[in-house]
Amino acid sequence: MTEKAKFRDAKLASRIAGKIRRAAQSEPTIKICHVCGTHEYTITHFGIRTLLPSNIEVIAGPGCPVCIVPASEVDEAVELAQRGIVVTCFGDVLRVPGSEMSLLDAKAQGADIRVIYSLTDAIKMAQTEKNKEFVFFAVGFETTSPSTAVEVANKPPKNLSFLVSHRLIPPAMKLLAEMEDLGLDGFIAPGHVSTIIGSKPYEIFPKTYHVPTVIAGFEPLDILMSVYMILKQQKRHVPKLENEYIRAVHPEGNTRAQELMNRVFDVTDSNWRGLGTIPSSRFILKNEHRSYDANLKYGVKIERGTDIQQGCKCHLVVVGKIKPTECPPFQGGMHSRKPSRSLHGQQRRNLQNMGQNNKPADATHDSDIDQNIKSLQPTKCLQSISPLSKRP
Amino acid sequence: MKPSPRRWRPVIRSGSRIRLFTDLDHNRFIAQSSYGLTLIQMCLAIPAKIIAQNGNLAQVDFGTAVLREVNVSLVKAKVGDYVLVHAGYAIQVLDGQEALETLRLWNEILQTEA
Repeated sequence: MTEKAKFRDAKLASRIAGKIRRAAQSEPTIKICHVCGTHEYTITHFGIRTLLPSNIEVIAGPGCPVCIVPASEVDEAVELAQRGIVVTCFGDVLRVPGSEMSLLDAKAQGADIRVIYSLTDAIKMAQTEKNKEFVFFAVGFETTSPSTAVEVANKPPKNLSFLVSHRLIPPAMKLLAEMEDLGLDGFIAPGHVSTIIGSKPYEIFPKTYHVPTVIAGFEPLDILMSVYMILKQQKRHVPKLENEYIRAVHPEGNTRAQELMNRVFDVTDSNWRGLGTIPSSRFILKNEHRSYDANLKYGVKIERGTDIQQGCKCHLVVVGKIKPTECPPFQGGMHSRKPSRSLHGQQRRNLQNMGQNNKPADATHDSDIDQNIKSLQPTKCLQSISPLSKRP
Repeated sequence: MKPSPRRWRPVIRSGSRIRLFTDLDHNRFIAQSSYGLTLIQMCLAIPAKIIAQNGNLAQVDFGTAVLREVNVSLVKAKVGDYVLVHAGYAIQVLDGQEALETLRLWNEILQTEA
């Protein structure tokens, strides 16, 4: 957009930062949580935290739909790939570790796994290569779910089916709001999810949980302005739901997309990696579309996997209790990037490390994480997958 | 607005199976993998202007003057509109008036409030 530069204007940014600093002077520590990988990207990329006073903390919640995919679902995708079915997925899903291996590891072993930019690519492939079976590993929150819904409703080719892993973000925000030890003072609601779902799903946060909530856009000034709006609400002690992203978010959202999603999906409870079971948090295909459901079509359903590996602190990072840099395996540590590196070597190193620290990986929050820790598992760090997850 | 010159900076260093590059705006990511170069936008939703439309498909301009095909069945948009595109699908129409209104509001807040 030609106007984009105005949403990144440095002078405007410093004026807003000045206002935030003055407004925050007499306030106690304020903890604001966002739940969007793209918000974290903007915050890190433009150094937003360096512009905020020390008593305002912005933490990142479970905003990456890739990182919270449980190992069991990655295992299902790997199982399908190993059976000779072509698995198509977005690029960032490739390196997510399953219980034994990631899709990238499976690909290194010869499975036909293809990275696509858009679901339309998978459909074109299925139409062209009629002799092969295709599965689309559908990962994403409500921003991505409508595109899956649109294509399922349009009756795609019969040799394509869907491993639907889509999740909803407001239930995860609810979990965070209920965690008293987190002590949230504000939510920055995800802008692009909101273009689809509108503002109504966030009403419970100011009303029931008394947490100020602002729907924010993705330019640096959007985020600075949202922090200022939350700060103002805090000072007036009247939590509200406000929309900063009026140029893209309408209160009713995208009704066409919502209608399609209601037509195609049911909502069910589900396991989130690092968070445990969250009620009504996942989309699955409705009965009438079951011929496109890869779980049913191929009889592949894995209930549990190893979500948290030995030494992994993802369950703390994903609720913003620690920074990725405070997690030992992050960016190197004990994790292996090259799929060809010998697992035995990794296991030997793990054994040596385990000798020094005999404490099992601990879960320090309330939800029921399955601590099914298998011994001799090479530690893999989820946060290292995405180049966008680097934080100062 | 002039499109930024196409200089690519590495995001993931070599040693991994996929090498990722980004342009100066960090708007576009290119991945070099065994399939050659692929444009990956991952989980970002990017504004684009509709140049041509044919039913559910539209040709849009992301600011580089190279047109890409995008599915617009989720939005009510016409040629000349700006839309937010996510993974090949337009998810919402961007309201230029509201964008200007946002900027005006900000200036008002900065001027009048203490």
